[in-house]
Amino acid sequence: MKFDTPATTNPIDQLKVVGHPIDRIDGRYKVTGTAPYAYERHDAVGNPAYGFVIGAAIAKGRIASMDLAAAKAAPGVLAVITAENAGQLAKGDMNTVKLLAGPDIDHYHQAVALVVAETFEQARDGAEKVRIDYVRGQGRFDLAAARDGAGMAGSGYWGPPATSVGDFAGAFAAAPVQLDATYTTPDQGHAMMEPHASTAAWDGDKLTLWTSNQMIAWGVGDVAKTLGVAAENVRLISPFVGGGFGGKLFVRADAILAALGARAAKRPVKVALTRPLMFNNTTHRPATIQRIRIGASRDGKITAIGHESWSGDQPDGQPETTVGQTRLIYAGANRMTAMRLATLHLPEGNAMRAPGEAPGMMALEIAMDEMAEKLGLDPIAFRDLNDTQVDPESPDRPFSQRQLVECFRLGAARFGWDKRSPRPGAARDGRWLVGLGVAAAFRNNLVMASGARVRLDRRGLVTVETDMTDIGTGSYTIIAQTAAEMMGLPIDKVVVRLGDSAFPVSAGSGGQWGGNSSTAGVYAACVRLRDTVVERLRLNAAEVTFADGQVRSGDRTVPLAEAAADGDLVAEDKIEYGDLAKRYQQSTFGAHFVEVGVDAATAEIRVRRMLAVCAAGRILNPKSARSQVIGAMTMGVGAALMEELVVDKRRGFFVNHDLAGYEVPVHADIPHQEVAFLDEADPMSSPMKAKGVGELGLCGVGAAVANAIYNATGVRVRDYPVTLDKLLPLMS
Amino acid sequence: MRPFTYERAWTPAAAAVAAAGTPGAKFIAGGTNLLDLMKLQIETPLHLIDINGLALDKIEPTPEGGLQVGALVRNTDLAADARVRRDYPLLSRALLAGASGQLRNRATTAGNLLQRTRCPYFYDTNMPCNKRNPGSGCAALEGFSRPLAVIGGSGACIATNPSDMAVAMRALDAVVTTVGPAGESRTIAMADFHRLPGDTPHLESVLAPGELITGVTLPKPAGGTQIYHKVRDRASYAFALISVAAIVHKDGTGRVALGGVAPKPWRVEAAEADMPRGAKAVTSQLLAGAAPTSDNAFKLLLVERTLGAAMTEARG
Amino acid sequence: MGDPIDLDFNRRQMLLGTTASAALMAMPETAWSAPAPKEAEVTAKVSLSVNGAPHELDLDTRTTLLDALREHLHLSGTKKGCDHGQCGACTVIVDGRRINSCLTLAIMHQGSEITTIEGLGTPENLHPMQAAFIKHDGYQCGYCTPGQICSAVAVLAEIKAGIPSHVTTDLTVQPQATSIEMRERMSGNICRCGAYSNIADAMAEVAGRPA
Repeated sequence: MKFDTPATTNPIDQLKVVGHPIDRIDGRYKVTGTAPYAYERHDAVGNPAYGFVIGAAIAKGRIASMDLAAAKAAPGVLAVITAENAGQLAKGDMNTVKLLAGPDIDHYHQAVALVVAETFEQARDGAEKVRIDYVRGQGRFDLAAARDGAGMAGSGYWGPPATSVGDFAGAFAAAPVQLDATYTTPDQGHAMMEPHASTAAWDGDKLTLWTSNQMIAWGVGDVAKTLGVAAENVRLISPFVGGGFGGKLFVRADAILAALGARAAKRPVKVALTRPLMFNNTTHRPATIQRIRIGASRDGKITAIGHESWSGDQPDGQPETTVGQTRLIYAGANRMTAMRLATLHLPEGNAMRAPGEAPGMMALEIAMDEMAEKLGLDPIAFRDLNDTQVDPESPDRPFSQRQLVECFRLGAARFGWDKRSPRPGAARDGRWLVGLGVAAAFRNNLVMASGARVRLDRRGLVTVETDMTDIGTGSYTIIAQTAAEMMGLPIDKVVVRLGDSAFPVSAGSGGQWGGNSSTAGVYAACVRLRDTVVERLRLNAAEVTFADGQVRSGDRTVPLAEAAADGDLVAEDKIEYGDLAKRYQQSTFGAHFVEVGVDAATAEIRVRRMLAVCAAGRILNPKSARSQVIGAMTMGVGAALMEELVVDKRRGFFVNHDLAGYEVPVHADIPHQEVAFLDEADPMSSPMKAKGVGELGLCGVGAAVANAIYNATGVRVRDYPVTLDKLLPLMS
Repeated sequence: MRPFTYERAWTPAAAAVAAAGTPGAKFIAGGTNLLDLMKLQIETPLHLIDINGLALDKIEPTPEGGLQVGALVRNTDLAADARVRRDYPLLSRALLAGASGQLRNRATTAGNLLQRTRCPYFYDTNMPCNKRNPGSGCAALEGFSRPLAVIGGSGACIATNPSDMAVAMRALDAVVTTVGPAGESRTIAMADFHRLPGDTPHLESVLAPGELITGVTLPKPAGGTQIYHKVRDRASYAFALISVAAIVHKDGTGRVALGGVAPKPWRVEAAEADMPRGAKAVTSQLLAGAAPTSDNAFKLLLVERTLGAAMTEARG
Repeated sequence: MGDPIDLDFNRRQMLLGTTASAALMAMPETAWSAPAPKEAEVTAKVSLSVNGAPHELDLDTRTTLLDALREHLHLSGTKKGCDHGQCGACTVIVDGRRINSCLTLAIMHQGSEITTIEGLGTPENLHPMQAAFIKHDGYQCGYCTPGQICSAVAVLAEIKAGIPSHVTTDLTVQPQATSIEMRERMSGNICRCGAYSNIADAMAEVAGRPA
């Protein structure tokens, strides 16, 4: 199905099942520990051997020698895989550097060997017995030091690296009110709870990988390419993914090494990255330096807005695309953006939840707060003044929907924004200085082709198969809701099977495109199944309705199951997108409100209240969508207050590479969180009229927290995370 | 983790004898720190002596009006004991500020005293660390030192002791009791229990090989208002940036010990004379001679502010 | 109706391990394959009582309780998130107390009564806490969920038993199951998906208190 004209009325609009806060259909498996994750497929693979990954001990250089003798002699060890004995390996399209290094080392904890043994304990001990001598090379690890030498980034999915509209320099220089400030965001880790894990089994030349992966088809492609086997001989199975946040978009060392280990040991092998290995071995969100300049008239109209960004990555890597939202979110005739990329030899940078906008909004939305203060305007009023309903770079290109102002309005009323003192340090509750902060939320709505297969059986059950993944997002449930709505069934008559490359290729889980795109694919397949049913039952297609398990046409009513009386009906289709996304700017919007307390003596910071108001198209399931948003808000609190992969600039690695050192929020950090969704349906996005929310909920949170801290203390911190040591000396 | 043999001990003396007589032996009680380190090949015992069966899990009154806390009393039980909550609230508060409910259910009093530093370079066996690998150097000195010591460290090591409980015990003048392989018992004041690193940062306590902690004696209650303020970036389940254990009497006198600033619980009794003069005066003596890095110099001001807040709170 | 997500599907695929292990003796072409072990293994027998059922195991002494449950008893509801006591995904209840099963050896639990998530309830017969997690969407990816639920059940018992916490205002009075008490006590269970606010609601419901 080609989606190239705006959606009109369709069966989803009935909203009998879609749009309802239905409990997750996979919930009872998750709460009972019976949902199987990649490392625990006792049901599918008997007697696997265990692989243990060894990471490089240096950041840059090469392996001089490896002595495997002691490891080989260790009890239970079955095989030791290294680049030397693994055979020819290619680099996956989605990987920046090789997943099994040797002799050259690209970054710290890059995998250099896998030890396979009968038991986990033996594999771990065997790994300790591998002796490796390295020759240390010179690397660059300090973004600030590399800033001046950084060149313009290349073009990519993010568009051109630099943009310019009007005369930014002239307008900025002429602006009576100016802000020119530089912000930094640190390297951040996905830190999902399930480590990267895979179980591999070969049957002849066919490989099956039970793995934890967000994008099944990408994974098949890169496994095949890396190992040099035909893609049709690779099967990925990933029905449950214990968190990804972008860290499992791509095939990682666990999958490739499990496959190599299984081939060598001639037996299934399972591999999980250890937690201390994950932070340097896998990808991370790169640190950024962001310079923002805003010029405005005295009445608060932006006349010039510029956003420049510096980030680093391995050679052939990519920038953290922090300037994207600044091209779109606020009006202003004169604009510029630029992204520069430095070569660093830290671990691979890559996507983490809302790549680009998450760190970009952390900076931009402090800048907006600072500018509002310079102008003597309420920060919400300043944003209202500079709202735009069209792409400010191309005014003939409207937003498909844009209710940013409405988000602020509703949020302000709900949160009690009118009680905020514009003067910092004015509110106190016992030992706590109390502050309120606000920030816009903005994240583009991306759409991806997505396929599904649906099957009607004689019991009247509809089974949906798609390689879509559920990484906690609620895919199982919204897909079931979609099929139930389309086929006129209650949700318990729908079975959903996900995350298997034997199923049609879907959008996968990433870029907050999964919910809308994958359900649109199921919609397309269901349209085809409805046609097949109508045909089988010889009904008049023009007036047919599917409801309550029945198919009605005129005065004829037939149980849906009857269409499959002589055998299952199977239909497959995919949604493909035309140029609506080019003709209309599709984005999602929101407003984040945060109240913090800052200990007047110690500068300890605690979040007291949070509210997000989101305008993100049709909300397919308010319960799981709300969870996506509160989860993102939680991650935003982490980004604001504690998350930082600390770079040892001499040794070239992330020092705090475990969950004790890399702090993410715990229960005690997070108050009750409120979420409101504006009633919206976007006919430009898909037949579902939905958009993404999972990343929107993160974009802006950090700035709202930072702005609240400023309101509480009068101390403006521009370097994330905002920790007490940055406040303390400036608080009297 | 290397293979190890395993035995259960049933009396403290037998445990000490077994430890002294078996190469590479270590005691294991809660295991929450030891197993963590064994998985990383930082601790490599060849033999484990499980002491959980020793009858050292009681809290009993002493003739002097204090409490005798068995070595195996779990952190949860010590914190929840009604006598400790009433008479030694500083200790309850310190324990409850540490780790998580799960860890406190398992971790023991003796194990808590012996827990090793959380310096990230100590935890990474690819990095030089004089504590883990004597003579290899210290990566933290020119590396990431925000969580590390500002005082009491050396050119060889600036690791901190991560315990909250030990800080309270130091302020409470607790005494560690032990038994040795020859059956001899001895007492060690908390002040003397932990060593400063000097040139031998791998030696962290004064225990002799095979010597087993049997308990901790709390002297009779110190009274006063007792406050344990642990400062950290996240609200729970994190090690201290700094912590202040304060006992403040109505007349303004009292005691102060610090966590998160030094290789051992940090207390300078002489500084306490200045308590009536306020936090700044006390801190300047407590941390006199501090040698912070640029990463952790904030701890000096943070101690002063936190102590000031505690003294204000104590005055009610 | 069928299972809404059909977990059986992949089960049909293969039981490769049992057949492939016969091929162990063949030398792989590129990597090295093992001769007979030279170093002595250290194993020990241990009896564990898990969810009321006795189990006799002969284990490598290095086996954690977590790995004994997951890899030997195939009770994989208990999760390995960090293996270092830093996340809480491995939380189980041993002799009435929640602990991190990753930081204790299986052989240290001779005779212990161990309750895992599988012992609290099943998909067909949910524990009230499990049902409350579903109702309040107290999870997302599900990986930390069993640990959260084991902890949540134990936390309510700890409060009832009068065990204080870091946020208990008065150490001398019985703590209450307030939101802040539950949030502090649950802080040893990290949820990177960020379901905390919903977990607090689920616990409040089971505790019979307003969220």
